[in-house]
This record gives sequence, structure tokens and C-alpha cells, in this order.
Amino acid sequence: MTTKTLTCIVCPVGCQLEVTLDEQGKVQNITGNTCKRGYAYAETEFTNPTRTLTSTVKLTGSDTDILLPVRTASPIPKGKLFEAMTVLNQITVSAPVKIGDVVCADLVGTGIPLVACKNVG
Amino acid sequence: MDFDTQKKLVIVGGGPAGLAAALEANRQGIAPDDILIIERDRELGGILNQCIHAGFGLHMFGEELSGPEYSGRFIEDVKKAGIGYVTNSMVLSVSDDRIVTFVSPEMGFVRMKAGAVVLCTGCRERTRGALNIPGTRPAGIYSAGTAQRFVNMEGYMPGKKVVILGSGDIGLIMARRMTLEGAKVLRVCELMPYSGGLARNIAQCLDDFGIPLYLSHTVTEIRGTERVEGVTISKVDENRRPIPGTEEYVECDTLLLSVGLIPENEVAKSAGIQLDRVTGGAVVNQYNETSVPGIFACGNTLHVHDLVDFVTKEAYMAGASAAKFVQNGGKFGEDDKDCGEISCRATGGVRYIVPQKIVKSTKAPEELKFFFRVDNIYKKVKIELRCGGETIKSVSKRSVAPGEMESLVLNAADCAKVYDKNAGELEITLVQNA
Ligand SMILES: Cc1cc2nc3c(=O)[nH]c(=O)nc-3n(C[C@H](O)[C@H](O)[C@H](O)COP(=O)(O)OP(=O)(O)OC[C@H]3O[C@@H](n4cnc5c(N)ncnc54)[C@H](O)[C@@H]3O)c2cc1C
Ligand code: SF4
Repeated sequence: MTTKTLTCIVCPVGCQLEVTLDEQGKVQNITGNTCKRGYAYAETEFTNPTRTLTSTVKLTGSDTDILLPVRTASPIPKGKLFEAMTVLNQITVSAPVKIGDVVCADLVGTGIPLVACKNVG
Repeated sequence: MDFDTQKKLVIVGGGPAGLAAALEANRQGIAPDDILIIERDRELGGILNQCIHAGFGLHMFGEELSGPEYSGRFIEDVKKAGIGYVTNSMVLSVSDDRIVTFVSPEMGFVRMKAGAVVLCTGCRERTRGALNIPGTRPAGIYSAGTAQRFVNMEGYMPGKKVVILGSGDIGLIMARRMTLEGAKVLRVCELMPYSGGLARNIAQCLDDFGIPLYLSHTVTEIRGTERVEGVTISKVDENRRPIPGTEEYVECDTLLLSVGLIPENEVAKSAGIQLDRVTGGAVVNQYNETSVPGIFACGNTLHVHDLVDFVTKEAYMAGASAAKFVQNGGKFGEDDKDCGEISCRATGGVRYIVPQKIVKSTKAPEELKFFFRVDNIYKKVKIELRCGGETIKSVSKRSVAPGEMESLVLNAADCAKVYDKNAGELEITLVQNA
């Protein structure tokens, strides 16, 4: 058994979680979370940590904006963040764009789409 | 005084505060074409246009939006309601009789008489000048917010090897952002023994990328002639003075400063509005009205907020008050007679309180909300609101920190108690729990 501490990143409260793992690295017990979401976060953090990626892609056809803010529709595996960034650097979108428009349907094989975060044009 | 044109309500600044104040005033019955939002940037949305990370709207919408998504919702609503706005337009001054002077590409130089004015001019970043770091003056030194605008809106990378001074949220967010865009963030230095940023941002912006955080450290020298070549970093003692012998030279081409925000109050000053020395914003009453009748303030121009959700809520209050002021000929309600004031005093670890004063009317209000910050990290404390020798309300907290705004709400019964005391003052204070 080992215990590890981590900060829950699900909401701004930022609870300090204590996670007990067995020899196989499986989660045995979690304390310190104020709500259920913290429990779920600690579980995935030790199995498949994920993060929402926010960044920008090139935008053409707008008088005001040359970059379009984008985000992954849901969190993607943490290990794929930099691979995703190289894909994003290749994408160009043309205005008009609406919030929620899909910019890339399946980002780096995660099955998770990349969506627009700003209304332009 | 003469003027060219008039509006019932003029809103200075089209960020989250300005948008929410306009929407609420409209909901309270001010016609959309009687409202004008004046924004100096090329678009509405304020600073959120450059805050592309997620983390906005948990309180307002129950979901975490990016900055542009959050402000996008309010911009849509303003457009749908048909509320008037001009962009690329800068307010130069507001007089104490509410004549707003501004320049706009479409309208030219305008002097507009306003029934009420809401100041929503946001905040700006402290700059290096305010810090006085010795050394040369090379290129490559930016405030974190300027770097954020470059990277997220203008498409420029400020540099490749970065040191960040200050661990407020903007600095932390920029550490991650620069890393994702291919820069190497060598370290984040914080003068204080704790970070001013949220714990989650230390976890997801620094720890995730192995960026070290040096607490109780500061930059003591900047080197480089044309461009930054490196900085000297020193440990500081408990009085925040650099400790000789702890200097360490770090080679870098960029220094980002994330050393705090100060309310933007040039326009407020032009109207002769009284400012609070601690917040840097206007002194207001519970209606968000400043010392000049009919001029209101909300959002980061009033006091620096951590969460935009609270900016929106505060702006709703200010917008509603401004609407009432216009509709009731300078009064806030039926019972609005001059019954004196209660000043709000911050004591025992509380740094400031907004509102700074309560103006009394014949009847006690249904609710009073106070926002404040503490001056240090405290564990196991009670926040107490006292008036006339009695503790009216007491709330226990596991911990409080300067980086997080606290609030206290009095219900109708508590408000009545405060009124009954007939005291000229109330205080909010911290009491150590056993
Ligand atoms: C660089 C930076 C990064 C931030 N990052 C975050 C974050 O990650 N998360 C978070 O919750 N909060 C963040 N904040 C705080 C954020 O500012 C608030 O949450 C929120 O945007 C404040 O809204 P506001 O409307 O009061 O101010 P702003 O959004 O700053 O809007 C003020 C507006 O007034 C306009 N204005 C000012 N003066 C004039 C004038 N004289 N005439 C006409 N227009 C004028 C400005 O152009 C601006 O559009 C950040 C602040 C800064 C400065
Ligand atoms: S455990 Fe719940 S309350 Fe605590 S940080 Fe996580 S989501 Fe927020």
C-alpha cells in the first residue's frame, strides 16, 4: 500500500486528495474530496489521466481575428497533449465560425472532436 | 454645461461587467436604444477574449467555459436585445453631472448626457516599473497579460526560454500556454511563501509539465543589452528582502511578469470619484453607487475579482441599481430617505470590504452582500460581522487566503438587526478558532 496526494483540478476549490494504492497500483481509498467529482477525478488520474486542451488555430476571412480559440469537446489523454498541438498547428479555419462548430472531428485518434470557442464574422 | 446628445444609461467598458450591467438594466425596463455601451477595443468581451483557457462560468452556467465562450453568451444576448454599443471608442472623461466625453470612429467627438453611468473599465496589470528590478532594459520583458494577448490573439510568440515572476493565475496559465506552444518555461518565482494562484492551476499548469515553482524567490537582476539574456534569481527572507549569497543566474530570453492587477480608474478620477486606497477602486454603497450620485461601478474596476462569475453577479446589481436611479429620479426605492450611513470597517486580518458603506433608508433591506479579502493565509478561522457590540453573523472556514475573494450575505433578519443597532459602523473581522 502507498498513499499519494494530489490536487483535484475539477473545480476552483482545489481539494487536496489522499489516494491509497495497492501493490498493483489500483486505487483502494480516496479521502479529502468534498464531492463525488473529486473521487472520480482521482480514479481516472491513476488509470488514464485526461485534460481539456484549449488552444488556437489559424483563421482566415475575418477583418478582426487571425486566430480562432478552440477546445477539445471533452478531456483527452494527458499523454496526447503535445501530439494534439502539432495537429492544431496545421489547421486553418475560415470565417464565419460559430461557437461549437467542429474544427476537427477526431483529434489524434481519441474520437474526441475539437470545437470552436468564439463567434467570428 | 452643453452636450450633443443624451442617453438614459451609458456603460463605460464592454467586458463581462459592462455586458451584464447593460442586460440587467434592460431587463429592469430601460429600453435597449436608451442604453449605450462604449468599448475602446475592436470588439466586445473585454479581457476574456484573450483568456482562451477553460475555467469560466461554473457558478453562472454550471459548466466550465473558455473566456470567449463565456463572454460570447452575453454578447449574443446584448445583440438579441438590441442594446446599443460602439467599439473602437474611448471614453475620455465623465463629469460629476454625468456628461460622458468620448471619441468614436462613427460618431466623432461626442459629449453625451447620461441619466446614469456604470463604470466597467476593468483592471490593468502592474508593470515592471512598479517593481523596480535593477539591471538593463532589454527587449523580452512582458507582463503576462500582454504575452497572453500576443499568443492567443495576435499570433506572436514572445520567446522560447521563459522565466515567470509571480505565481498569480495569469502567470500560471501562461506557463502552460507557452509550454504547449513549444517554449521552455524554466521556472516560476514567487516572492511570497505561498502562491497567489489557485491550487488547481499549480497542479494543471506547472506540475503537469514539470515546471518548478520557487516560493520566496524573486528576480534581482536582468541581463542583456538588445534582448534579455538571463536573470538573477535570489531567495528572500521573511521581510521579502533578497538574501545575499543565494543568487543564481538563469539563462533565458523572456521574462514574464505576473505581479498583480490594479483597477483601471482613469475615468473615475476624471469625475472626482472617491477611491479606496486598499482596493484601488471606487468607494461604493450597497447599490454599487460611487461617491458621485448616478455613477456606478462594478467588476474589476471596483476591486479585482478572481472569478468572472462574481463580476457578472456584481454587474447585475449595479445595472439594476442604475436602472432604478434613472426610473425613480435619483432614488433607489420608496423608502429611500436620507437616514444616515453605516461605514464598513475591515479589521483583524480583513484587508478591505466592498461595499465600503451602507446608506440607510426607512426600512432595512432584504439582503446585504459583502465582498472582501484577507491579508494572509489563515487556517481554522471564523469570519464575523459585528455591529454595535454584537456579532450579527459568524461563518467558520477551514482556511482563507489573499488570493481568494470571500463573501458574506446578511438575510432580512440580520439586516434588521444591523439597522436596529443604530450604529454608524459595522466591521468584518477574522477570529481564530480553537
Ligand atoms: C490579463 C488578465 C487575465 C485574466 N485572466 C483571468 C482568468 O483566467 N480567469 C478569470 O476568472 N479572470 C481572469 N481575469 C480577471 C478578468 O479580468 C475578470 O474575470 C473579468 O474579465 C473582469 O471583467 P470586467 O468587465 O470587469 O473587465 P474587463 O474584461 O477587463 O473589461 C473592461 C473593458 O473596458 C474597456 N475600457 C477600459 N477603459 C475604457 C475607456 N476609457 N473607454 C472605453 N472602454 C474602456 C476595456 O477595453 C475592456 O474591454 C484576468 C484579468 C486580466 C487583466
Ligand atoms: S473534490 Fe469536488 S469540490 Fe473539491 S476540488 Fe474536486 S470537484 Fe471541487
